[in-house]
Amino acid sequence: MSGATLLKESGPKEVFCGLTSIVWLHRRMPDAFFLVVGSRTCAHLIQSAAGVMIFAEPRFGTAILEERDLAGLADAHDELNRVVKNLLARRPEIKTLFLVGSCPSEVIKIDLSRVAENLNIELKGQVTVLNYSGSGIETTFTQGEDGALKALIPLMPKSDQKKLLLVGTLANAVEDRLISIFNRLGIDNVESFPPRQSTELPSIGPETKVLLTQPYLTDTARELKNKGAEIIEAPFPLGVTGSTLWIQAAANSFGIDKSIVDSILNPLISRAKQALVPHVEKLSGKKLFLLPESQLEIPLARFLSNECGMKIVEIGTPYLNRDLMKAEIDLLPPDCRIVEGQHVEKQLDRVRDSSPDLVVCGMGLANPLEAEGISTKWSIEMVFSPIHGIDQASDLAELFSRPLLRHEILNPKTLTSN
Amino acid sequence: MELTLWTYEGPPHIGAMRIATSMKKLHYVLHAPQGDTYADLLFTMIERRGSRPPVTYTTFQARDLGGDTAELVKGHIKEAVDRFKPETLLVGESCTAELIQDQPGSLAKGMGFDIPIVSLELPAYSKKENWGGSETFYQIVRTLLKDHSNESKHTWQEEKRRPRVNLLGPTLLGFRCRDDVLEIQKLLGQYGIDVNVVAPLGASPADIMRIPNADVNVCLYPEIAESTCIWLERNLNIPFTTTVPLGVGATQDFLKELHEVLEMEIPQSVNESNNSKLTWYSNSVDSNYLTGKRVFIFGDGTHALAAARIANEELGFKVVGLGTYSREMARKVRPAAKALGLEALITNDYLEVEDAIKETSPELVLGTQMERHSAKRLGIPCAVISTPMHVQDVPARYSPQMGWEGANVIFDDWVHPLMMGLEEHLIGMFKHDFEFVDGHQSHLGHLGGKGNQNSNTEVKTKISSDSKTSNAEPIWTHEGERELSKIPFFVRGKVRRNTENYARQAGCREINEETLYDAKAHYKA
Ligand code: SF4
Ligand code: SF4
Repeated sequence: MSGATLLKESGPKEVFCGLTSIVWLHRRMPDAFFLVVGSRTCAHLIQSAAGVMIFAEPRFGTAILEERDLAGLADAHDELNRVVKNLLARRPEIKTLFLVGSCPSEVIKIDLSRVAENLNIELKGQVTVLNYSGSGIETTFTQGEDGALKALIPLMPKSDQKKLLLVGTLANAVEDRLISIFNRLGIDNVESFPPRQSTELPSIGPETKVLLTQPYLTDTARELKNKGAEIIEAPFPLGVTGSTLWIQAAANSFGIDKSIVDSILNPLISRAKQALVPHVEKLSGKKLFLLPESQLEIPLARFLSNECGMKIVEIGTPYLNRDLMKAEIDLLPPDCRIVEGQHVEKQLDRVRDSSPDLVVCGMGLANPLEAEGISTKWSIEMVFSPIHGIDQASDLAELFSRPLLRHEILNPKTLTSN
Repeated sequence: MELTLWTYEGPPHIGAMRIATSMKKLHYVLHAPQGDTYADLLFTMIERRGSRPPVTYTTFQARDLGGDTAELVKGHIKEAVDRFKPETLLVGESCTAELIQDQPGSLAKGMGFDIPIVSLELPAYSKKENWGGSETFYQIVRTLLKDHSNESKHTWQEEKRRPRVNLLGPTLLGFRCRDDVLEIQKLLGQYGIDVNVVAPLGASPADIMRIPNADVNVCLYPEIAESTCIWLERNLNIPFTTTVPLGVGATQDFLKELHEVLEMEIPQSVNESNNSKLTWYSNSVDSNYLTGKRVFIFGDGTHALAAARIANEELGFKVVGLGTYSREMARKVRPAAKALGLEALITNDYLEVEDAIKETSPELVLGTQMERHSAKRLGIPCAVISTPMHVQDVPARYSPQMGWEGANVIFDDWVHPLMMGLEEHLIGMFKHDFEFVDGHQSHLGHLGGKGNQNSNTEVKTKISSDSKTSNAEPIWTHEGERELSKIPFFVRGKVRRNTENYARQAGCREINEETLYDAKAHYKA
């Protein structure tokens, strides 16, 4: 690994739990429903994280545990059965139902896999019931997607076909674009996971080559490997370099001639670099501090430093998967400070001491930092915005240059003092 | 187990956070898993506050559970006290911590700090946000004032000073609380009454200690302050007012009640109702169109009750539905509904509220953000009158709900979603003008227009009413549809629903031109 300093920190944290992934997963698979088995807190969390009620009939809900559910576990299973059946009667169009575990359901040890198993027998093919944990004692933010995908893997059909499997939720337009680039390279059989319909799962086998689109899919990657698939090692497709290396890694593993790859990617690369110029002007030399939240912090830091010239003060990450991140860390500038875990107060002290120009952080911290005169960018925007791929590099950069531009417009004094 | 898609209230510890964050020089250590830190965004995003809530979360994880979580809690408590140096410490737990029974409150009490420690027990599996807020405020006041001696309390007359009151109940994430406080302060100033302490909003523990210096407590938000007011009356002999000054009539009643409790003469001006523009605007010829507008009301107890009174007595609306999500307020809302000839809708389920709206097909919905969504789907205008909060409910401008200015704001907020009076008159006169035929619609066109949205609504209406009507749904004939299309777009949705309801009741299979007029006659009668 490069010269990056890897530190660990523990203390009070400020990150979402894995339940939050539901707010993009339910949009990806419109025929699925996510039922959290948890408390009023869990219900309130997804409601608040989803931007208070933007969906009229959401495809997620919470089975709220009440006092009497805590008393007897057997009853809790019955109760959950009842709630699920009510829900399915109301929403007969649902094809896959995810029972999502939460902290309370795990602490009182409700066995969701058993409930799912029983329901699957009872409902016989009308709907598939799966379970995973999004609890805050087990998972952070994006890990919820890892859990949901892992739960789908046992249902994937077997196949001996040679194919490329893109793994991780992307915006549809971005995904279409990436697939068309692979097609142009001569990789025709490209599928994605999760699919756009929960019932149309891609098949998998020894000839499946997996390209991760998101860095937080640790368990999913391991399970896919156990199913015989090969995980292609690459940095993540953020920025021109990351995306290029990512596409090249796939092309390599499919034995595509380098000259073909170059001839297709080079025009994209030069166009994308051109588009980056105005943003690089804005970002270059500016100090960036990334607080832990989405697991995208390392690839983002790599892009913003290497391609946009930002100075990285610190990269916070909720947890560090050294295997999946190796290719990324190798690309980081030397002496980058990566802090795994969090002590939010101490970390904020470091933020203030280093007076960065921009901080990437969770939703709860952004306005207090803005009030201190520090521009911010919400981590959660990265999982919602189409930022992957060569063509998106300038859009990605703009997400960061825009707050700086805004800061300059509104505070012209700091402009001159720069 | 209760199935929820959206909830009106958060868990009780969110109520506690609202109190803690409203106050100064106080810190709250919350034993909770990391995901529960989402609560910060309620304050920093929804309310756009520039500082974090004064809350330290212990953010324990699964791997901590095997070990000594009690030690972890103590570590966080110590760090929080060292770092924030609060005058009073709140200690509590969220739903998950409640299950592992670390008892952080007693742990904190055993740590030898020389500041008051308020240990919160907020049963997360049976109570909700407002209850948690109320209980937290009560526990803080009780802890800080329990040793207060009660003797030699003099009245303002004896001390020859102006009367003093406390304003109790306003909090962050409460509906327009900040502006209400300013408005009531101004109002009381006009009557020579001073405000002693406002709490919890803006109060420090030292301010809480000054509560006994007041002659009367004004219970502004019963959801939060009633139990505290009762305790203060019982233990410190401070009486409190129960009228919430929302609306013109209620503001007058509030002033009368307060003067009585203070044993002050009631000035003549209290009886003059022209302190707010609402009264005159409501009487003006322009408001004629408001007569008997059918309005559906749902919200927290305080605002729903006030809305019913204002709608009924001050705007001349007809209240066709009244309800609250707050079970604690049900005992007040039920009789109010009964007085209007209605049965109160006490529910936590926004879908049930939506069904009730459909059922009563009102012309205006006064509700929460959830009813705003439901109303939008049904093509009915809506004004938001109550929490849960949305960033829209924290306007930059001054917009109280209480007192005279509050009544002005309410008039505007409620009437604007309806067609403006003069405009509706004119449209009524010119309804056959080409401007109102299909294809030309102003931005108000989506209200019950003939577009996609409307047909969606109809599909939904049919599905949901299927179970009740069992038999076949009435079908619109061609001429029925043609007649319907002559009706101005902004009332077409309502006419369509009314006619269908009528047809179902009357057992008509088909809706033709005549059915439409029959229905019209039926509803006008
Ligand atoms: S951290 Fe746990 S209790 Fe809190 S919202 Fe997430 S799953 Fe629910
Ligand atoms: S723009 Fe809309 S609200 Fe304004 S006058 Fe025209 S129709 Fe009425």
